[in-house]
Amino acid sequence: MALFAPPPMYADPTMAADKQHAFNPYSENGGSILAIAGADFTVIAGDTRQSEGYSIQTRYARKVWQLTDRCVIATNGFAADGNNFVKRIKQRLEWYEHAHQKQMSIKAIARLTQTMLYGNRFFPYFAYVILGGIDEDGTGAVYSFDPIGSYEREACRAAGAAQSLIQPFLDNQIYFRNQTPAPGAEPFVPGRLPLSTVLGLVIDSFTSATEREIAVGDGLELYVVMKKGRTTDDLVGSDNLIKNMQVQELGALGEGGSERTFLVSLPLKRD
Amino acid sequence: MASKGPVEGPSIGFDFSNYARNQYLGQTMGGLPKATSTGTTIVGMKFGGGDSGEEEGIVLGADTRATAGSIVADKNCEKIHYLTPNMRCCGAGTAADTEFVTNLISSNLELHALSQGKPARVVTAMTMLKQYLFRYQGHVGAYLVLGGVDSTGAHLFAVQAHGSTDKLPYMTLGSGSLAAMAMFESSFKQNMKREEAIALVARAIRAGVFNDLGSGSNVDVAVITKAGTEMLRNYEMPNERGVKSRNYKFRRGTTAWTKEDVRNLLVSEEVAVTAGAGKLQDTTEASQGMEVDA
Amino acid sequence: MGSPMEYNGGSVVAMVGKDCVAIATDLRLGQQSIGVAYNFDKVVAVNDKLYYGLPGLATDVYSLREHLRFRVNMYRMKEEREITPKTFTHLVSSSLYEKRFGPWFIEPVVAGLPQPTELDPHPKPFISTMDTIGCITTPKDFAVAGTAADKLYGAAEGLWEPDLEPDDLFETISQTLLNAVDRDCLSGWGAIVHVITQDKVVTRRLRSRMD
Repeated sequence: MALFAPPPMYADPTMAADKQHAFNPYSENGGSILAIAGADFTVIAGDTRQSEGYSIQTRYARKVWQLTDRCVIATNGFAADGNNFVKRIKQRLEWYEHAHQKQMSIKAIARLTQTMLYGNRFFPYFAYVILGGIDEDGTGAVYSFDPIGSYEREACRAAGAAQSLIQPFLDNQIYFRNQTPAPGAEPFVPGRLPLSTVLGLVIDSFTSATEREIAVGDGLELYVVMKKGRTTDDLVGSDNLIKNMQVQELGALGEGGSERTFLVSLPLKRD
Repeated sequence: MASKGPVEGPSIGFDFSNYARNQYLGQTMGGLPKATSTGTTIVGMKFGGGDSGEEEGIVLGADTRATAGSIVADKNCEKIHYLTPNMRCCGAGTAADTEFVTNLISSNLELHALSQGKPARVVTAMTMLKQYLFRYQGHVGAYLVLGGVDSTGAHLFAVQAHGSTDKLPYMTLGSGSLAAMAMFESSFKQNMKREEAIALVARAIRAGVFNDLGSGSNVDVAVITKAGTEMLRNYEMPNERGVKSRNYKFRRGTTAWTKEDVRNLLVSEEVAVTAGAGKLQDTTEASQGMEVDA
Repeated sequence: MGSPMEYNGGSVVAMVGKDCVAIATDLRLGQQSIGVAYNFDKVVAVNDKLYYGLPGLATDVYSLREHLRFRVNMYRMKEEREITPKTFTHLVSSSLYEKRFGPWFIEPVVAGLPQPTELDPHPKPFISTMDTIGCITTPKDFAVAGTAADKLYGAAEGLWEPDLEPDDLFETISQTLLNAVDRDCLSGWGAIVHVITQDKVVTRRLRSRMD
């Protein structure tokens, strides 16, 4: 209701000309992902909230998927692009398996991811990708990518809405940045932390991010990929379980591979 | 005339002396910073009266999250502001504006009550708010739910930043207003009982807290009747942070530093008179000086 | 080009411990991505047990610091007592809101220990922070501001524990600041930490990355 209505837009020739509608094919769906490599395991985690603006689209949307027996992928950014990218990666992995009678190594998946992302150089998948798993030597591996395929192998990486909140915390707790060891003590060596410590750090990273970043919350899904023959007592031992935490083992996808993947899930705050 | 400092005497109102500079800075550097705005859920409703058997009153509710962009700046802020003993005001919009506007009007209502020799009415508060906000043409970004009980009964108003007002039996404001309004539209009845009203308001705020990302943390409630105001701060706390899974206390000596300066403060002092009329006659005890280091 | 808030860079953090508070700042002064000075202390003392930090546009750091020095001196002369942390916070807040439509580009952080009195022999440690137009928040754990604010939020939310002794609080606030500013292009280049207790103030210059 306006007492003095403004003249209609078309009545002004200078305004009618520069009025354009631009279609924006991208959206930002919030959430955060994180991966940490250990000596004989890797943890890849993501929250399960999917949002747009101030609205929650769903409280349960996957951001982390198992690709092979020794590789897990996590995507963040525009959910539709992330989902579609994972779908296409899975298809390429299936073709590879049919052609070579074996699963692709994480190193090869990383290179494949680069070529697939860079293939869309001028209409990119708006997705930040992190790969986590066990490499051919049996050590934990994390590869992180930007949306057009630049990548790097690292010991830990956070991405998404809470990247700026989580990464400094990880620098301190995983890389021991700015910490001096006690006099006479061994120097800190990154990448050797036990699984129980890493799990605690991942969970605390996400509960902290949930406190301060509105786009993070609802639930946490945490994949643990373990080297073949490694003990699982430090994960499935009941005294390690935090309240409301659930652990399930995911069955082998290929043949003969004895790496094991576990899915740990627990609730996050929903506000 | 330029703004007066505290030496020349009190000056009133806003100081625009930085305005031209900031416009220039905004143009050359691109974009001025945004103030903390309370992406908020605030609600208010009338209850009692009619054949409910209870005297009429107002229940106000608010969440407690303040945001700066997508970051939570305050997890437990107070959005139900005091106006007078029998009036409260929920604020949404620019956080600083809601704070200062309600403070200013609260002071003026106190002066008004003193000069008139009787408590101010809710319409008076509403009029003072709308006239102030209208004067600033919406640039003072306060969106308010005003509730109170006075000599003429219980009243509930919404005041928009541009100065328009509504008088309704229930209302919601802020980014969570649609989620909260859904609760009122499905469950509001005239002449509800006090406890029913509190429960409905809390449910409306919870709807905002859980379904709107701009709202969160706790539920604050205020109940106003003729007897006075009951402020139920943190009436519900459904979002307490659990214990962390690890302890992050560092070993002392973890951080390397290059220079240290210790400034000792005087904690206690004893004064002993050593000369003159108060001088102790008995000289067995030595006099004590100032104790500098604790 | 970036807003005036990011023009010079810099960050401040304050934390509450057991009967103590700490406030820390980086020392960088820059012009966009160019580093200009590594001795730009953004934290100043109001009195023995009250400190505040002013991260933001450097020209306004000086203007506001002088304005507040003047106002605190006037308060001291008129009231014949030291200003309390809470009153000082409201003084800063009003000074900022007075310029609501032409703000100082500053987000102040205040940290202080109130003087014990007969009525309140064990006053609680006090910290507060404000946005550019003076909206106060008084957290009971930590307060952050500046170009590394979101990094500080993440680090502090992870590392802060309740009831830290002064020596432990020093470690926690230092680690929080250093790891946050190391991920911020516009903050860093050295840091200073003040730990305030009832009987002394310990000020330390931290060893940090200088890139």
